[in-house]
Amino acid sequence: MNAKQMDRLATLFFYLVAILIVCTLIGLLGFILFKGISYISWDFLTEAPGSYILGEVGGIAPMLFNSFYLLILTMIITLPIGIGGGIYMAEYAKPTRFTKFLRLCMEVMSSLPSIIIGLFGLLLLVQYTGWGYTLAGGALALTIFNLPLMVRVVEQAITAVPKDQKEASLALGITHWQTITKIMLPVALPGIVTGTILAAGRIFGEAAALLFTAGMSSPNLDFTNWDPTAVSSPLNPFRPAATLSVYIWKVNSDSLSTQTAAIVSGGSAFILICVVLLFTIFARLLGKYIYRRLTSS
Amino acid sequence: MLVVDQFNVYYGEKHALNNISITFSSKTVTALIGPSGCGKSTLLRSLNRMNDYIPMFRADGSIRLGKTEIYDSKTDVVSLRKRMGMVFQQPIPFPLSIYDNIAYGPRIHGIKQKKQLDAIVEKTLHQAHLWDEVKDRLHASALGLSGGQQQRLVIARVLAVEPEILLLDEPASALDPISTEHIEQLILSLKENYTIIVVTHNMQQAKRISDQTAFFLHGEIVEAKETDILFQSPNDQRTERYLSGQFG
Repeated sequence: MNAKQMDRLATLFFYLVAILIVCTLIGLLGFILFKGISYISWDFLTEAPGSYILGEVGGIAPMLFNSFYLLILTMIITLPIGIGGGIYMAEYAKPTRFTKFLRLCMEVMSSLPSIIIGLFGLLLLVQYTGWGYTLAGGALALTIFNLPLMVRVVEQAITAVPKDQKEASLALGITHWQTITKIMLPVALPGIVTGTILAAGRIFGEAAALLFTAGMSSPNLDFTNWDPTAVSSPLNPFRPAATLSVYIWKVNSDSLSTQTAAIVSGGSAFILICVVLLFTIFARLLGKYIYRRLTSS
Repeated sequence: MLVVDQFNVYYGEKHALNNISITFSSKTVTALIGPSGCGKSTLLRSLNRMNDYIPMFRADGSIRLGKTEIYDSKTDVVSLRKRMGMVFQQPIPFPLSIYDNIAYGPRIHGIKQKKQLDAIVEKTLHQAHLWDEVKDRLHASALGLSGGQQQRLVIARVLAVEPEILLLDEPASALDPISTEHIEQLILSLKENYTIIVVTHNMQQAKRISDQTAFFLHGEIVEAKETDILFQSPNDQRTERYLSGQFG
């Protein structure tokens, strides 16, 4: 075989790999979306869950709310720390042993099995603190593997800012900190926003870390009571909260009726996938929009 | 007046500048010439301490700007840089409007009034010979300008913080001949008010715009004197060989 034929063969091979990946994705999404959409109804989205053990389908409203609320709580914790850490790693950390060690720690942290983080959360955030299963505990557990991701997102976005722009600003007699806030962060913003939303998609679908921290049940929520200290208030961060992913797992393991389990998890999976897809698309659009706003006025 | 006296720079083990002494008089243009890696940019970036960010960078000797000892630990680097505007090889507008690019420095240095900012923008754009080309689109993105216009915008941005000295690091080497001519004329007109130090690869350019020329080789100044004299009768054989294009 000569070099040209080899080249053609390699090209063909890579095309096939690409097609395989796309087909797998489309097949998977298509299957879930196609199967799931028939279970979706207004009631399914807005009702509380039924007694699924006995075969009642009910709705997923509280779980859907819990998933979003937990995501917001997690972001409130991780965003400031993640941005601070990212700026530190990109701009202030000197290449010392300590910095290398810090990087290693973050890599280990982000690759910890999520069930282990869940167990750790059970010990520390549920039992030791005496909170029981809470949204706050869930958010802190999610923070453990979201934080390294956020730090990396911010660090990469800031490192990608052309060095020239940083120097041009510094050379104008502008302090390092002002250069970071006025030039580098705005230029890095599209990258930070895109990365954050993609990370949010991962949190939104997480189940294992939440089983033993945010718990597998929700109290009866009163969606008219928005006082965050009330027990039945959806906003109370110290209440147990099953998220959508956890609910899928729970229904499948507990329900006596395989049909009910199929309906509930099929519908929930549909919603979960839709939300994550929307996050992904939204991330791209928003990133592009901010970049355009920034580069033209 | 900017006086460099027995100044040395090391990057780790590498001795990048060796015992440099040169004086930059007020309102003159000095050209720093020499082959790549000879240390001319290193000297330029040492003047406003932009090399501070390079790991392993170390300097000794003295550089004085007026009464300020630049490498004294008590020297405020930020206000020092404000006194020395720097322009880089690549035109680097910030991803902001033309107006905001220029107003960026003054705003951070405390000028808030729109009238004052307007005046600064107009004045510096005039100084940079750019006003007529952009006066109708001050609020359009600076990224839409041509390379030559961007470089003049960068010069206007630098002038807006009112420096005493302009450090130009090959300001025209990324530009086409017509833009280069614009920049050269600009340098000559700015000479009336500023001390200008320009690094260039282009010997003809050095000849056209500078009063004093310093020839660098391997981290040393081989020869520094009035441009006409240096080009007509260089003392050192290496200078002569470089100027006649035998190496470089």
